[in-house]
Amino acid sequence: MKPRPFDYVRPEMVDEAIAVLAEYGDEARVLAGGQSLLAMLNLRLADPTVLVDISRIAALDEIVDHGDTIEVGAAVTQSRLLAWPRLAEKLPLVAAVLPFVGHFQTRNKGTICGSVAHADPSSEIPLALAILDGKVVLRSQRGTRMLAAGAFQQDMLTTARANDELITAVHFPVLSDRRVAFREVARRHGDFAIVAVAALMEGKGAVRLGVGGLSGRPEVRSIASTNGSATRDAVQQMAAELEGYDDLHASAAMRRDLLCRLAPVVIDEAFRCAA
Amino acid sequence: MRRIAKDERTRIRLTLNGRARSAETEPRTLLSDFLRYSLGATGTHVGCEHGVCGCCTVLLDGTAVRSCLTLAVQAEGRDVRTVESLAAPDGALNALQQAFQNHHALQCGFCTPGILMSFTDYLKRNPKPSEADIRDVLSGHLCRCTGYAGIVSALLEAANRIESR
Repeated sequence: MKPRPFDYVRPEMVDEAIAVLAEYGDEARVLAGGQSLLAMLNLRLADPTVLVDISRIAALDEIVDHGDTIEVGAAVTQSRLLAWPRLAEKLPLVAAVLPFVGHFQTRNKGTICGSVAHADPSSEIPLALAILDGKVVLRSQRGTRMLAAGAFQQDMLTTARANDELITAVHFPVLSDRRVAFREVARRHGDFAIVAVAALMEGKGAVRLGVGGLSGRPEVRSIASTNGSATRDAVQQMAAELEGYDDLHASAAMRRDLLCRLAPVVIDEAFRCAA
Repeated sequence: MRRIAKDERTRIRLTLNGRARSAETEPRTLLSDFLRYSLGATGTHVGCEHGVCGCCTVLLDGTAVRSCLTLAVQAEGRDVRTVESLAAPDGALNALQQAFQNHHALQCGFCTPGILMSFTDYLKRNPKPSEADIRDVLSGHLCRCTGYAGIVSALLEAANRIESR
């Protein structure tokens, strides 16, 4: 199908973009890469009065290395971050998840911040931001605020962004312990994950586990042990707490089962990761 | 700041396959429809219209993207290349197209323009792809005829030929 008619504005400055958002509020949608939004417009799942195209705002098209965090601007595409020469060194987990985000052709246009804004419960970039305890920068005419990933994404396709706010960047923390691992189960490579699991080593013998596809948003837990029955018990408890959900692709029980099978493997891979 | 009202038809100018082209259209027009209906470049095919099938893939400033997930107005002032740009003016196939013919890499041919444009971009970035690399990029395209084996052989041959030049 084709989109319903909408007004189109293409600001060149952030101030212009947030002025339009202040004027239109929830009748506006922000367009960056459009790899989710254009599909939703074509299917008429989204029906904005005005589309605010931020893809040509040069100030948003930057990757900035702050030392302890990497700031990725709202117009930076997934393939641009994937090709960033310091990615594997600074953000090994992001380097591990990005090849699973959509396909080569959609990563060429889809943005990092757009994926965070869309807030699909099984998508990889919000999971990476959540487990790394990253931050989302929101700007409006009222000012700028920075929210932790866990406070930003609230539920399925639901975030703390106010209608007049523009996500201008996300910040990924650079960790000193570089032992990470990621795996997902999907129907087809590049499809949304049914269950996605990321693990980060936290000092001696502890691990941080991030899970997508079990609830309305990525869930992160610290587990005190990295192998044996204690780990399996902790993962089973997490699966029982999160419950999972039924949809076209998998039942809640299958999601719980996938988590229980996948998580110990991913934790073991992170533990062995010599990077 | 560019502003276009929903029912306003504005002239969109872009470069298509090296030539300056323009046509009047509404903001909601997809690049895929603009190419086919406004500019008459029907080599770009439209399958699913939500970014899954890959038939509509074109190069935007040299980068392979879905033209059905791009508005025509977003391509304003930019360089667009479609499958019509691949063969020589006398109709001689380029190395990629010739490899598809050699390996029977198409049957109905509906998905082919998108695959050719994806790999026109990809083989520039990675001139020596493994079969796994090729299958990874190919996962962004659906072919319902061939089972992909011929396409993979054709792409491996094309990569060898382009690299050995």
